[in-house]
Amino acid sequence: MDIRIHRGNVIQNTATMAYRNLLKTIHNPDQLMDVVIQPVLFMLMFGYLFGGAIAGGVKAYLPTIVPGILIQTMLSAASGSGAQIREDLDSGVFDRFKSLPMVRIAPLAGQLFADSLRLLIAAITSLTTGYLMGWRPGVGLGWVVAIGLLAIFMGWVLSWVFALLGLLAKSAAAVQSVSLMTMLVLSFMSNAFVPMHALTKPLRFIARLNPVTYVITAIRQILATGSWTHEAWVVLVFGVVIVAIFAPLTVWAYDRN
Amino acid sequence: MSAINAIEVNHLTKKFGEKVAVNDVSFKVRQGEVFGLLGPNGAGKTTTLRMITTLLKADSGQVKIFGHDTAKEGRLARSMFGLTGQYASVDEDISARQNLMIFSRLNGLSRQEAKDRTAELLTEFSLENSADKPLKAFSGGMRRRLDLAVSLITRPALIFLDEPTTGLDPRTRSQMWDTIRKLVDQGSTIILTTQYLDEADQLADNLAIIDHGHVVKMGTPAELKEQLGGPRVTFTLSQTRQVAAAEQLLATQVAGDVREEGPDLSVSLGQVAQLAPLLATLNDAKIGISHLAVQEPSLDDVFMNLTVGKN
Repeated sequence: MDIRIHRGNVIQNTATMAYRNLLKTIHNPDQLMDVVIQPVLFMLMFGYLFGGAIAGGVKAYLPTIVPGILIQTMLSAASGSGAQIREDLDSGVFDRFKSLPMVRIAPLAGQLFADSLRLLIAAITSLTTGYLMGWRPGVGLGWVVAIGLLAIFMGWVLSWVFALLGLLAKSAAAVQSVSLMTMLVLSFMSNAFVPMHALTKPLRFIARLNPVTYVITAIRQILATGSWTHEAWVVLVFGVVIVAIFAPLTVWAYDRN
Repeated sequence: MSAINAIEVNHLTKKFGEKVAVNDVSFKVRQGEVFGLLGPNGAGKTTTLRMITTLLKADSGQVKIFGHDTAKEGRLARSMFGLTGQYASVDEDISARQNLMIFSRLNGLSRQEAKDRTAELLTEFSLENSADKPLKAFSGGMRRRLDLAVSLITRPALIFLDEPTTGLDPRTRSQMWDTIRKLVDQGSTIILTTQYLDEADQLADNLAIIDHGHVVKMGTPAELKEQLGGPRVTFTLSQTRQVAAAEQLLATQVAGDVREEGPDLSVSLGQVAQLAPLLATLNDAKIGISHLAVQEPSLDDVFMNLTVGKN
């Protein structure tokens, strides 16, 4: 048989890499634990623990907490990309990838596209748990899907940032701890769980600067008004800008490794 | 075609911080030959290989693969060789078939071509029976075979093998050697790194011995052995307390070093005829010998001579 070498294009290479990552997930379904169990656990714990104190009841607290947990889950799912990339780099498989005549961005892009499946599962679990606890957004399923997609988009944008972190870090363990801290700080120092007015002054200042606050506010507004708000556009535009900055940086860091 | 060297490495240098890992390494590999990079652990073999295969950027120097400068035509150069790394660079979590399929696709084969080639390689490397099991169930030898199979997807004319038999048991090791010889018969050019002298001796047409980032010696295994001169004779003394006296005595009789290892003393001889007077001398000094061995020089001796005392 004669082997012809086609120079694979970006899309084909990326699709193959994404397929590879999906296969890995299928062979190791336990890797999905964090996106399946964590949101359920957090939703139940936070809902029943703080519901009474913050909103006077679980049901009244759900419109606050559902977007909060949704975004927190996205952050945590996105941070997984960094650790995964670091592990791959350390395993020697990436040497092989890099010695292949494929497009340089494909391994990264493949990973991040496959990770959107994790984000999708995380979003569905979060929203479903909220629904089962009695959350009934008045704006209809269409807008719930819209905020789900917006959250997934944000998670995907952040996964580029965490991927860069993974490439620059020394070890997978380092990525994991840094990611965990970032995730905790970003989600707690925001309006995710506690409404703005209930925060102390310095905390409110930090929360205002926190981009996570923006995303959560945008989502709550969409759910409250049933329309695509100004904030939602801001989140979209910023997301595109972040990817435009971080994608080349991440590829650079990848080449450097 | 054969006028072009498969590889030309010119003045390759790499520093990691203050440490010079590879220092001004140059060599040429002709098409169709097996070239061995031999050296102890940490000598710079893998670093050299990683630079040649574009995995690592050199601080200075140039690499040409079939005449193409890897710094300028990286992607083209990468399409002309296969690489089997020191650590199995296959995906642990997925099956052998899936690994071969994915790497075939990434190498630019169409879906059908990838399928055919995968089936071919599974047969060739006797992996059909485990093709769909996850690699976690694979033995070290099977993993290496798969690793090599993946490197051969595109039937590259040039194959890099980084310590292909490290960690394999003797039987799997000789299987690997057979596989490598088969590739040579098919006309492939092979560059391999190894710490094992017998492996280099068995497989390589030409050798570069690397130590501390330098090429300390280059030549065919036979040439390198020739430089060592004649055979080496090892005396085992019956009484260990006589070792010092015997060593002194031998040192006055032969040109090279006298090597000592417990009750064993060994010297290199120009010719076998020199042995008789040595025995007479020892006999006159009433130094008893319990065992005597004469060996043709091995690459071990070359290696010891060149790198001894430096590590």
